[in-house]
Amino acid sequence: MNATPVVARDLTVRYDWHVALAGVDLSLEAGGALGIVGPNGSGKSTLLKTVAGLLAPSQGTIEVFGRRPKALAPGSIAYVPQVEAVDFDFPASVWDVVAMGRFPRLGLLQRFSSHDRAVVQRSLDALNIGALASRHISELSGGQQQRAFVARALAQEPQLLLLDEPTTGVDAATEEALRVVVRELVANGMPIMMTTHDLERAPEWFDKLIVVDRRVLAYGDPQEVLASGAYAGIREHTHTHGHLRADLQPKGLQ
Amino acid sequence: MIDALLAPFSLDFMVRGFIAALVVGALCAAMGTYVVLRKLSFIGDGLSHASFAGIVIAYIKGMDFYLGAAIVAVVTALGIGYVHRKGRVSLDTTIGVLFTGMFALGVFMMSRLKNYSVDLQDYLFGNILGVSQKDIVLIVVLAALVVVTLALCYRSFMYASFDPVVAEASGIPTAALDYILLVLLALTIIVSISAVGIILVAALLVTPAAAAFQLTRRFARMMALSAVLGSLCAVGGLYLSYYLNAASGATIVLLATLMFFAAMAIGRLRRGRLVPR
Repeated sequence: MNATPVVARDLTVRYDWHVALAGVDLSLEAGGALGIVGPNGSGKSTLLKTVAGLLAPSQGTIEVFGRRPKALAPGSIAYVPQVEAVDFDFPASVWDVVAMGRFPRLGLLQRFSSHDRAVVQRSLDALNIGALASRHISELSGGQQQRAFVARALAQEPQLLLLDEPTTGVDAATEEALRVVVRELVANGMPIMMTTHDLERAPEWFDKLIVVDRRVLAYGDPQEVLASGAYAGIREHTHTHGHLRADLQPKGLQ
Repeated sequence: MIDALLAPFSLDFMVRGFIAALVVGALCAAMGTYVVLRKLSFIGDGLSHASFAGIVIAYIKGMDFYLGAAIVAVVTALGIGYVHRKGRVSLDTTIGVLFTGMFALGVFMMSRLKNYSVDLQDYLFGNILGVSQKDIVLIVVLAALVVVTLALCYRSFMYASFDPVVAEASGIPTAALDYILLVLLALTIIVSISAVGIILVAALLVTPAAAAFQLTRRFARMMALSAVLGSLCAVGGLYLSYYLNAASGATIVLLATLMFFAAMAIGRLRRGRLVPR
């Protein structure tokens, strides 16, 4: 797969009559983490879902490694949604959940091999939840559950990783563990797209930052984007995000 | 004493009944794992009632009743999947709309027949002792088909049942799997109608799996335990019905219901919620 990891051209996504994204152009190069910021309802999650192939563009194109997301080989894209709408009473241990990450690549009759087990163990260890492997998923804290879902994405050994606000509502230790994982993956050449509300720490996470509010308002180096005042254009939305405004004011943005 | 206990096995039709009960009980209960975990309990009632239209069509056309029922159940299952996906209607609403529609179609066609002389009792309540050699072959072949498909798709079904959105993003064909699961359920239900009938088949799908859910927190164990409990209930219920001189389908389901409450009590004791004073 030599093609550019993600290319969107004039991407428009509608839910019935509501336009969630309008004419978005962007590209994500290999070995970079792209941070996506914007107010609630700005289309951040819609963008990730479209890249994941869960939503179809109503206009324009989205290409992942030069193909439609649905046309990729199973296991190519790993997606961690903002809110895991799963039933936490499902009979599965932490190990079982992380092992699911291996399923897309396994053939119908293929055994779950010792290699698969090693990848699962490595993914658990990367998120520091190896000791929780035999726990039932309902016995985890919110932060631990989030780590398990990210570990499942790692176990998939994807070509592209999509994280939708993985740090929202998790403890500081989990947030730091996630940041370390993201930076390690990027260092190993993994392209990553991630949405966040944490503007202040964006430069520690991302190589590029994109400001989205149905359209792309700014794109570039995180420090420059934050300093550019690109947020001024969407300031009226930020009353729903007190912390967003609080983050902006010290940077001289009004 | 021993002779009395073994008496039921000396009768050919009882032996055939036991074979049917064993297969149907295990099959329904294994499929029931997905039904319970996906909160699809309504599907058993839905597809079995819909198949009634197939029985009436088969009567009119002079076809095999089970073939007619199977065709209509499979078509209804696919229709439920399609309407749910395309019509933005919740699955239980879709099942509610389609199964009543198909059941009504069956009643409508039956009411227009001049000389309707078929005894529907067997289809409504099952007649496991009336299972013929041919029925046994059909049951075993369909059961084998379901088990092989289930084994091939086991992991994907599990992932799609637990987390369909993430599974789909990762490249698991969740839409196709949903249709396959619905067709497997339709076939399972048709196979089971001979044992417990249209009215009670839902219990065989739901109750053993619900009991197993009380006793384990691992998926594979839940499915295995459910299959064991399901076949135990079916065989045990048939055996009891011989001595109690009661309807076999009803005895099987009552035994399963009792087993569910026992499992619930054991589950609660294990979790320490029933602390004796």
